Amino acid sequence: METLELTQEEQFQARIDADERIEPKDWMPEAYRKTLIRQISQHAHSELVGMLPEGNWITRAPSLKRKAILLAKVQDEAGHGLYLYSAAETLGASRDQMLADLHSGKAKYSSIFNYPTLSWADIGCVGWLVDGAAILNQVPLCRTSYGPYARAMVRVCKEESFHQRQGFEIMQTLCEGAPEQKAMAQEAFNRWWWPTLMMFGPKDAESPNTERSMQWRIKRFTNDELRQKFVDMMVPQAEFLGLTVPDKDLHWNEDKKAYDFGEVDWDEFWQVVKGNGLCNHDRLQARVQAHEDGAWVREAALAHAKKRAEKAIS
Amino acid sequence: MQSASATTQPLPTYPPEVHAALLTYLVQLADTSLVLGHRLSEWCGHGPVLEQDLALANIALDLLGETRSLYQYAAELEGEGRTEDDLAFLRPATEYRNPLLVEQPNGDFAATIVRQFLFDNFHYHVLQQLQRYPDERLAAIAGKSVKEAAYHLKWSSEWVIRLGDGTEESRQRIEKALRTLWRYADELTTPTPAEQTIQTAGLLPDYASLLPAMQAHTAHVFAEATLPLPEGVVMQQGGKLGRHSEHLGYLLAELQYMQRTYPGMTW
Repeated sequence: METLELTQEEQFQARIDADERIEPKDWMPEAYRKTLIRQISQHAHSELVGMLPEGNWITRAPSLKRKAILLAKVQDEAGHGLYLYSAAETLGASRDQMLADLHSGKAKYSSIFNYPTLSWADIGCVGWLVDGAAILNQVPLCRTSYGPYARAMVRVCKEESFHQRQGFEIMQTLCEGAPEQKAMAQEAFNRWWWPTLMMFGPKDAESPNTERSMQWRIKRFTNDELRQKFVDMMVPQAEFLGLTVPDKDLHWNEDKKAYDFGEVDWDEFWQVVKGNGLCNHDRLQARVQAHEDGAWVREAALAHAKKRAEKAIS
Repeated sequence: MQSASATTQPLPTYPPEVHAALLTYLVQLADTSLVLGHRLSEWCGHGPVLEQDLALANIALDLLGETRSLYQYAAELEGEGRTEDDLAFLRPATEYRNPLLVEQPNGDFAATIVRQFLFDNFHYHVLQQLQRYPDERLAAIAGKSVKEAAYHLKWSSEWVIRLGDGTEESRQRIEKALRTLWRYADELTTPTPAEQTIQTAGLLPDYASLLPAMQAHTAHVFAEATLPLPEGVVMQQGGKLGRHSEHLGYLLAELQYMQRTYPGMTW
């Protein structure tokens, strides 16, 4: 039995190494399945919770056009949540269980959504920086080893790049606008810059899951590699907008042809991960409340469907 | 995102009183979609299940699209250089012309569904006529929106049925919502002086002609939902003439916050 199991593992790894896609009915190591369920459901929860900070500005968007774009964007996020929950379901996870894990605090979601959106410029920063960071994390996932996840991510990434452009455009309009608008943009940028750098996760040396996820090609770049890429991509964009990056240690390093930048406040990072950020409590509470308030609606829909089915039989 | 009215069609010419009444009516329709879309968008991230969160946002977005086309047409017809945003963000509550129904708070999901059903049943049937009426710009907007409104009516009708013929709790909740909201139903089909003027000019159907189809649909849905039709309800009117409930002021305070705080800026 043990030899057979080893053979399966080896065959599995060989398929991964050959860049083949693993499909739902294929044999997979239990740890691979668990890692994917954890990662995909965490991603789905992030889409769901991420609707809250942006939804916070739909009713106050400054023009009808901006309102329509923001509403469409938040609607896309709900759609991403749906594809991702479906992808996780192909691994045998149920949506009810995944949501229960979110509500109990057992499952995580992206910590970035535990920061508040305080001005309209925050909606620009969420699109430009947060979605920009998300794209860097997610584009490699379009080639991730698990087929349903990779396919879901192709759709997600297409929409995310549109989101990022609209975020940049909000920032550009503010930066080209009145002094109050420019100040609004800089103030929001100051608050969002460091938290977005945290979105790539802990330093490689402190990232317990990286090595195995790389081996299984669930992940294709390390946290630090992606963080560096993000800084190199964003600094010229901030300069183009006329915004000052809030990092006194930031400078171009000619030798490595990349930016050197300051140290992320890892205490803050771990505090927010542990649930002690400004909005952790409110975000989770809002989700739990929506779920509890919706219980009677879901029950009614089920009860009615059952009555329908019984009628159809009789 | 491209609105139906963003074309270079020539503006129609009407006698002054018809022109003024049509303008009032366009603003009334736009205000109605804007205010209801705003209410629906308040659900965003708080819906009972993700699929319904998506449906609510989708309907809000459709209504917002219709709003923009209508304000754009109204602004052109007015010819005073105002924009869709001026009309949405810089008018006080007393100049808003939406019926009372659509400004009512979301309440629970049952209240949102009843409000939506009452509105959709009217909206769909009036758009279906309007798309064949002689004002070409309005007909084009109606022609685009009626397809969306058909889906909205299907969605809200199905939910009335599910909640009415679901569980004991859902039935109690929808009955309560009906007791609360039915009083705002008649305003939709009671023409204002402006509506009467354009009805007489042949630009808007007589609402009495819509009633048989609306009532037949309601009767069908309520029968499926096993719900009795509310009777003896004293009706409330006034929103379409600018006399609103207390709810609208707060809604506009939020809607107009940015434009009021930072006047004259581009976003």
